[in-house]
Amino acid sequence: MYPSRFRYEAPHTVAEAIRLLAAGGDNAKVLAGGQSLVPLMKLRFAAPELVVDINNLPGLSYHRADPDGTLRIGALCRHADLERSALLAGTQPTMAAAAPLIADPIVRNRGTLVGSLCHADPQGDWASVVLSLGGSVVAEGPDGRRSIPMTDFVTGPFQNLLAPDEIAVEAVIPAAQGERRGGYLKLERRVGDFATVGVAVSLETAGEVVRRAGIALTGVGASTIAASAAAAALTGHSLTAESIAAAASAAAEAARPRTDHRGSAEYKRHMVATFVERILTRCSAEPAERAA
Amino acid sequence: MKVTLTVNGTEYARDVEPRLLLIHLLRDELGLTGSHWGCDTSNCGACVVWLDDTPVKSCTVLAVMADGHRVLTVEGLANGASLDPVQQGFAHCHGLQCGFCTPGMMLTARWLLNNNPHPSSYQVREAISGQVCRCTGYENIVKAVLWAAEYEAGG
Ligand SMILES: Cc1cc2nc3c(=O)[nH]c(=O)nc-3n(C[C@H](O)[C@H](O)[C@H](O)COP(=O)(O)OP(=O)(O)OC[C@H]3O[C@@H](n4cnc5c(N)ncnc54)[C@H](O)[C@@H]3O)c2cc1C
Ligand code: FES
Ligand code: FES
Repeated sequence: MYPSRFRYEAPHTVAEAIRLLAAGGDNAKVLAGGQSLVPLMKLRFAAPELVVDINNLPGLSYHRADPDGTLRIGALCRHADLERSALLAGTQPTMAAAAPLIADPIVRNRGTLVGSLCHADPQGDWASVVLSLGGSVVAEGPDGRRSIPMTDFVTGPFQNLLAPDEIAVEAVIPAAQGERRGGYLKLERRVGDFATVGVAVSLETAGEVVRRAGIALTGVGASTIAASAAAAALTGHSLTAESIAAAASAAAEAARPRTDHRGSAEYKRHMVATFVERILTRCSAEPAERAA
Repeated sequence: MKVTLTVNGTEYARDVEPRLLLIHLLRDELGLTGSHWGCDTSNCGACVVWLDDTPVKSCTVLAVMADGHRVLTVEGLANGASLDPVQQGFAHCHGLQCGFCTPGMMLTARWLLNNNPHPSSYQVREAISGQVCRCTGYENIVKAVLWAAEYEAGG
């Protein structure tokens, strides 16, 4: 399969990339890891006239924590960088759990977290993780930078809030209010398959009390679902069998699964509750990660 | 578009369409048919090559993205006449049958051993989990990689 014809540019500065995108308008596409865009172009589901490859932009492959604990993930940070990150392993349990579950090891060498957020696939794993952590995307365009909360960033399946001349330069995870706990669980039929069900749970705790909770669901709706009622059932409480059960059932209620070749709606809804319960039970038993 | 890339240590310059995929540049333009074109949907890993220092699925990389970069294919794995230990492992342990998946498997195995010289069999399975073999049932591929690890450790 061949993509349809397009013009290709690989600029060396963000400013030049933005200028090219502005000139290309709606018919231009950013190319990052290419692990979603290239397959779509081969299938002719995407047929941009201009492809702006951002892989030559310098200084975007970082992921690092500010002194206050805010985590920043550059647009060229690959899934594999995050999978092997000591920083995440020590400070970001939800992200560390999700990274090895994205796609397969070879795809992870190329694909990026920011590209995954931009792609806005309802079955993309990172969107749930970043949503559960209260994260945001920093976009850069002709008028400079703006920060877009993840809650607003995805506007529909495969649609995001970026203007045609904007590049997502980084994703930001705010510093924790307390200690972080959490996890990501994904049901997949085989390695490299998209989620039948994915659940991200991110907690920030002070002592035994949950100060902030985020729960988000992958693959059980037309886009990533923030299970706000489930998170609210935990906030201000300690993790008890009752609060865990309440969160699990609220999350299952928030899911909007459809019956398909991956499973029945009923089964998927049940798995949402099971995963929420499993992650929270593990959180209540394990020591929290160092605050970050 | 003009691209210059180094494949297995040799520099090549070609004029290509931006929509040409790396797998087709390697096979059709450079005549390096060791890398296989399998599923064409980013799933099977028969097309795995190294781009700089990491294995990638070359059916999911534009050839122009390799401009200025290094590529390693199975043709570059042996050191002159002496096979790479990974290749020897596949021969010793019967790690292939039809051989279609083998070049990609060996390139991933080489990368794994460079980064983790003493992998567990679980780690080998995890490393090749994005690649499909329809013949061996994977058992002998895992054995081949572990054989190479042991060989390199002086066993
Ligand atoms: C076999 C296979 C299995 C997969 N399995 C999973 C899985 O289980 N879970 C999962 O979450 N993902 C999965 N993926 C997708 C993978 O994670 C992609 O890497 C990811 O969705 C997109 O990231 P990318 O860097 O490759 O983006 P690209 O493919 O380069 O781009 C994707 C889209 O985002 C836009 N974009 C990318 N970066 C930017 C930017 N910085 N600014 C503005 N727009 C941008 C592009 O224009 C394009 O529309 C799989 C992919 C493959 C091939
Ligand atoms: S041909 Fe590239 S992954 Fe199958
Ligand atoms: S040996 Fe035939 S596909 Fe692996």
